[in-house]
Amino acid sequence: MSDSIDNKNTSTPSSQKQRPTLLPVDERVCSFSEVSCGYTEDQALTEAMRCLQCKKKFCTSGCPVGIDIPSFIKCIREKKYEDALGIIKQYNSFPAVCGRVCPQEKQCESQCILNKKSNSISIGLLERFVADRVSATNTSSIKISNQSEASYKDSLDNSKKFKVAVIGSGPSSLAVSGQLSKNSDIDIHIFEAFHRAGGVLVYGIPEFRLPKTIVQKEIDELCSKGVKIHLNTVIGKSISLEDLQKDFDAIYIGVGAGLPLFLNIPGEELGRIFSASDYLTRNNLMYAYRFPKYDTPIATGDRVCVIGGGNVAMDAARTALRLKSKKVTLIYRRSMKELPARAEEVEHAIEEGVEFLPLSAPVAFESDEEGIYVKRVKCIKMELSEPDASGRARPVPVPGSEFYVDTDVVIVAIGSSANPILTSSSNLSLNKRGYIETDESGATSIKGIWAGGDIVTGAATVIAAMGAGKKSARAILEYLHNK
Amino acid sequence: MKQGTILKKKALSNNSFEFLVYAPDIALSAKAGQFVLLIVDEFGERIPLTIADSDPKNKTITLVMIVVGTSTYKLSKLKESDTLYALVGPLGNPSKLIPSKSVVFIGGGLGIAPIYPIAKFYRENLKETKITTILGAKNESLLFWQDKLSTVSDRLLIATDDGSCGVKGFVTTVLKDLLEKEAIDLVYAIGPLPMMKACSNTTLPFKVSTIVSLNSLMVDGTGMCGGCRVIIDGKVKFTCVDGPEFDGHLVDWNRAFLRGRIFNQEERCSYDIIVDKALNKNN
Ligand SMILES: Cc1cc2nc3c(=O)[nH]c(=O)nc-3n(C[C@H](O)[C@H](O)[C@H](O)COP(=O)(O)OP(=O)(O)OC[C@H]3O[C@@H](n4cnc5c(N)ncnc54)[C@H](O)[C@@H]3O)c2cc1C
Ligand code: FES
Repeated sequence: MSDSIDNKNTSTPSSQKQRPTLLPVDERVCSFSEVSCGYTEDQALTEAMRCLQCKKKFCTSGCPVGIDIPSFIKCIREKKYEDALGIIKQYNSFPAVCGRVCPQEKQCESQCILNKKSNSISIGLLERFVADRVSATNTSSIKISNQSEASYKDSLDNSKKFKVAVIGSGPSSLAVSGQLSKNSDIDIHIFEAFHRAGGVLVYGIPEFRLPKTIVQKEIDELCSKGVKIHLNTVIGKSISLEDLQKDFDAIYIGVGAGLPLFLNIPGEELGRIFSASDYLTRNNLMYAYRFPKYDTPIATGDRVCVIGGGNVAMDAARTALRLKSKKVTLIYRRSMKELPARAEEVEHAIEEGVEFLPLSAPVAFESDEEGIYVKRVKCIKMELSEPDASGRARPVPVPGSEFYVDTDVVIVAIGSSANPILTSSSNLSLNKRGYIETDESGATSIKGIWAGGDIVTGAATVIAAMGAGKKSARAILEYLHNK
Repeated sequence: MKQGTILKKKALSNNSFEFLVYAPDIALSAKAGQFVLLIVDEFGERIPLTIADSDPKNKTITLVMIVVGTSTYKLSKLKESDTLYALVGPLGNPSKLIPSKSVVFIGGGLGIAPIYPIAKFYRENLKETKITTILGAKNESLLFWQDKLSTVSDRLLIATDDGSCGVKGFVTTVLKDLLEKEAIDLVYAIGPLPMMKACSNTTLPFKVSTIVSLNSLMVDGTGMCGGCRVIIDGKVKFTCVDGPEFDGHLVDWNRAFLRGRIFNQEERCSYDIIVDKALNKNN
């Protein structure tokens, strides 16, 4: 049984978009299995046939890394999947990831000529199909342990001409490393604070959206190319940036944004009020959803309120449903139209039963008698006025419109800012919000050090972080060879 | 050898242990007052433990723990040559050296271990300072490291609840007595929350600055989750990156107690399961 939409009459070009098969809602909310099954080969072929193969590649202009989209779609039509993947990989190192998590409706698909009739080609799904299809036929699975050596110094390879240190292991760091690993004369060392590599891809984005095996495959591939990963190493604490400068010819910083923002309203320190990164890390990285088999606890409760409207808020809300909450309410200060999350995630959240409370903002959290746990959220109604600096309508409170939402758990997902753990112990130039200042290529104020991803742009997207990594890789190569 | 390998294990009492752990990078950069996060096994959670001593030459750190829940129970079952699943550090800010004429270091219960590196740090850097150390425990059998602490102190005082060693009473009994008799300009108190709170309350009327080290629940230890937040002087701070040491007179103790109990129910459940399992195995 499936929720897929009738796929008949799809063979003629310009027919309707192919819808992928989705896990039925009742199965979704009691497991962490991936929700979208992606395209079957038939669906992919049908969808690819719909592509008009425009001479002027509008879609490509909407892609942050400029993938030659019409060409890879043409290869799909010809069933040349390896070739299709080859084209994508010239621009994007992780198509299996990006096909699943890019906000395509705001990027490539928004530029598709067919989008005028709201019928754009499903480029993301095609990208995912190609990546999954080729990786399924490539059975040579390499399993590499990420256990770190006693000290990174013991694993430096002096037979190689250059050494590059990469700090963090999120998408931007993985992209830099992947790109540089094509040069056999570079010894690449990734340093990651957590006990697992992958950054937000493993501790933030849940399994039901991005299975961890997909990320692990990319990481195993890097390791098989000789990239060394040192887990449990916080640069700025375990090892200083200056120490790395002594051992390495170049350094790339991809440490993400990672400082959770709170609302700063009364009662926020009450029990069972989490930042989304606390909640999601417990669940995704520490497997709290399998407690007590795994030791990390997570607060569950019948009623959960999530504050925010981005991908992180959707992920938190849908995770709460899967942790058996009966009622999950998402409180968002603008209207449904402004929700910044990927359209597909909002759609899935609604299907799964997340209730939306738009045009509302929390003003205080109130506790139970004992004063330990949160019991209700005091909210106020909002209305939209003129657009603010971000171009979105500015929400303003409606006086006297306070109301209460009873709850057992609250998850605050209102964004993040720059984590100073590395930057505060360095001389890197930062902007006034604490992010690292760089030029176009990611070069920082210190010679030999590049930076990219969320720690430069502020919380953004996987594809932007990856694109930044690729750009810096080129600059690093040039620097090393002119050194 | 892998980072996190246990070289030596010693029982300090029937439920508290001292571990000597191989950790070259951590040993090299660890400073007094910092902590590590560790995961015992692949199912484990991330728990913070203060670095009780470090030896860069032998590439080791010393950790001291008492069984209070699942993770510490599992840790207590590890043997020499076992390896921790993960070990990361040093985290948190190092202790600051505050020039003083007379400093009192107070270690209550397991807090005896983390107070040692700070007292040692003061001893090594402030030769003229008079250092007094007060150790407190329920009874004599729960005391440890008196020898280590006496080498870094001019004076070592002891308080036990039952009077089996030193003064009968709490560390605050001894502290109050000192404050009344002599000029003290700094107090460092580490131990269970109620003890740190009591010490801070004791020094407040004497206007003696008091530093405590908070042991909040943590996940990442790098400022990424906010789970370790505490209220200091009315403002939210993250213990892992803003602390772990704070001015004891500014800590919102009530909040700190309550936040420490957030997962009580879940922890009880997990602990019962693990203890049951161990009992069944033995039967
Ligand atoms: C819940 C969630 C859902 C999201 N969903 C989407 C989505 O659907 N689509 C999309 O495009 N984007 C999404 N994003 C945003 C996207 O994940 C980020 O923009 C992207 O991961 C940033 O990549 P990065 O490489 O800059 O850093 P990160 O992925 O944040 O990785 C940084 C890594 O560096 C490590 N680190 C930090 N400090 C140090 C240090 N001092 N030493 C060593 N290591 C350190 C961290 O532990 C982390 O592993 C989501 C984000 C979150 C949190
Ligand atoms: S432990 Fe996560 S922010 Fe301190």
